[in-house]
Amino acid sequence: MRKVMTGNYASAYGAKVSRAEVIAAYPITPQTSIVEKLAEFVAAGEMKAKFIPVESEHSAMAACVSASIAGARTYTATSSHGLTLMHEVLMWASGARLPIVMTNVSRAMAPPWSVWADHMDSVAQRDTGWMQFFCESNQEVLDTIIMAYKICESEHVMLPAMIIEDAFILSHTSEPVDVPDQDMVDSFLPEYDPAVKLEVGNPMGFGSLVRPDQYMEFRYKAMKAMESARERIASVEDEFRRTFGRSYGGLLDEYRCEDAEVVLIVAGSAAGTTREVVDSMRDRGIRVGLARLRALRPFPQEELRALANRVRGIAVLDRSYTFGAAGAFYTETCGSLYPQAKRPFVKNYIAGLGGRDITPGIIEGIFSDMIDATDRGEVAGPEWVDVAGLERRWR
Amino acid sequence: MTKSYEDIPLTPISSVPSTMNKTGLWRVFYPVVDFDKCTKCTLCWKFCPDAAIQLVDGLPVIDLEFCKGCGICANECPAKCITMVKEGE
Amino acid sequence: MNQGAIMIEVRFHGRGGQGVVVASEVLANAAFREGFEVASFPFFGVERRGAPVTAFARLDTRPIRLRSSIYEPDYVVVLDSSLMKGVDLLEGLKAGGHVLINYPDGKSLPALPSGYRYYTLDATSIAAEHMIGSKVAPIVNTAIMGGFARVCDLISLESMLESIRDKAPVKKDANVAAARAAYDRTKEVVV
Repeated sequence: MRKVMTGNYASAYGAKVSRAEVIAAYPITPQTSIVEKLAEFVAAGEMKAKFIPVESEHSAMAACVSASIAGARTYTATSSHGLTLMHEVLMWASGARLPIVMTNVSRAMAPPWSVWADHMDSVAQRDTGWMQFFCESNQEVLDTIIMAYKICESEHVMLPAMIIEDAFILSHTSEPVDVPDQDMVDSFLPEYDPAVKLEVGNPMGFGSLVRPDQYMEFRYKAMKAMESARERIASVEDEFRRTFGRSYGGLLDEYRCEDAEVVLIVAGSAAGTTREVVDSMRDRGIRVGLARLRALRPFPQEELRALANRVRGIAVLDRSYTFGAAGAFYTETCGSLYPQAKRPFVKNYIAGLGGRDITPGIIEGIFSDMIDATDRGEVAGPEWVDVAGLERRWR
Repeated sequence: MTKSYEDIPLTPISSVPSTMNKTGLWRVFYPVVDFDKCTKCTLCWKFCPDAAIQLVDGLPVIDLEFCKGCGICANECPAKCITMVKEGE
Repeated sequence: MNQGAIMIEVRFHGRGGQGVVVASEVLANAAFREGFEVASFPFFGVERRGAPVTAFARLDTRPIRLRSSIYEPDYVVVLDSSLMKGVDLLEGLKAGGHVLINYPDGKSLPALPSGYRYYTLDATSIAAEHMIGSKVAPIVNTAIMGGFARVCDLISLESMLESIRDKAPVKKDANVAAARAAYDRTKEVVV
């Protein structure tokens, strides 16, 4: 059933058709309508779930962890300072190997106080052991939630995942979304039934103390799980495509990269604007392409190395910044490419922080600058785009 | 619009207090006090999250330029002398 | 950038509490019913009644991939004419673009720049006549969208009315009637 809805409602419908059983969440702009919609579904009897109103995001994730250990399919949503408040419990969720799925409405961190889109909150969680998927459209948000449960609950994965929607640009933008039939989702996504769980008749402790002589083995298992997620993400997406007719390009969604000279790596909604610019520049004979970073974790190392063999320059757009280093996507890209004998030029561009609009002019400016830098064999940066007081505005 | 990153302080600073932001416009309901029933217990003044109530001779006077109409005063009043009335009615 | 495609961009101006965002959603839904691809989105700071609110809508025949804001709308819809002092309501409007203003009947418009097409509609009176919202603050968003159907020939009145019926939480008949009346009472004004 295709209807016009916001990204937040797409998240709520995603959790609904995935038959999430426990939802524990705390409101924060611009996530609130996700939780309000879910509360409506539960109150109307349309969704059989236990809704737990909690007093903070830290408690929300703690409640999700407990529910998940008890064998329930669990969902929550948050944003920005809510996500960072749950940071220690995110670590717990992945260390305890729990397939929790969460929507993060990616919003800038304060101060300065901002409610608008950027990726700093999400990027700051890349070490927590969660899978991270950045969505370009509301449809992708809904579909990725369904796929995430299937991926997360796989025996060889058993790790949590966050589905990221850009604040306001997706969360509050209404566009057509197809909500799949419940029957079709049920046949695609079976019930969650873990082998080991908290049971009243069979008391056990979870996440207990381990001495130095065993800790590394647990971490090694988690590493293997995240690595096997790579293949699982691909196979689940393939099955999703065959069942529902839609797919999203795996970990790195390439658009017109086959014969591109220069490509742009970017995540989230700005990738949509980039597709328009790529088409426009291609119409003028300029060979550019988009490599949309769909997953930050697991990071698409193999896909990037294969792409790097074919292009002369890679521009990396970060919608966040790690002070004292560079943009996170840039450092991860360079890290992946370091072992290669053949490496293209890579340059970092910082744009769109705190909801600053990423316009077609900015994307085209980045492509042109990257082509120029590649031609001259000179790559400086990171290049901060559209900052008052700097030369390069490119709006 | 900022001219340059060099012209701004280290972190945003407001020199205008939040009391300059007249939040009365946010309201959908406003409180009405029945002064005949009021026992001057001052609970409404204590509970108001916005400090929108002043005590004048022990009686609550609500500043409608700031009152957001949350209804906490009406809810807490033991004498039930505060009523919430819809704006425009 | 979009050669051959119909890309219509609309900007709405109003104040918090007037239903500006719902107006943009009504348009998106109406256009969706007609087979368009749509995107509608608000821009607001921290929400409060009375503060200026801007909302946007894009309509296209192809799926909409553009995610940046709208800078050069084809249509501007003004729900509250008190915004005419202090906000540049025509900023970026394309040459020959259309402006629909909720304006009292009988009152003449202030001086406005030429090169655009202006339409007025007394949506406030129509909303009050149909008892939508309160007497002090009638809700004009459904009436103004009836007027928009008159100004923009891409969307039929029928689709707009169905969308209004769908979106109005209460008084569905009154909202639809107000929009129908507004459609008839919208007039082009020469400046």
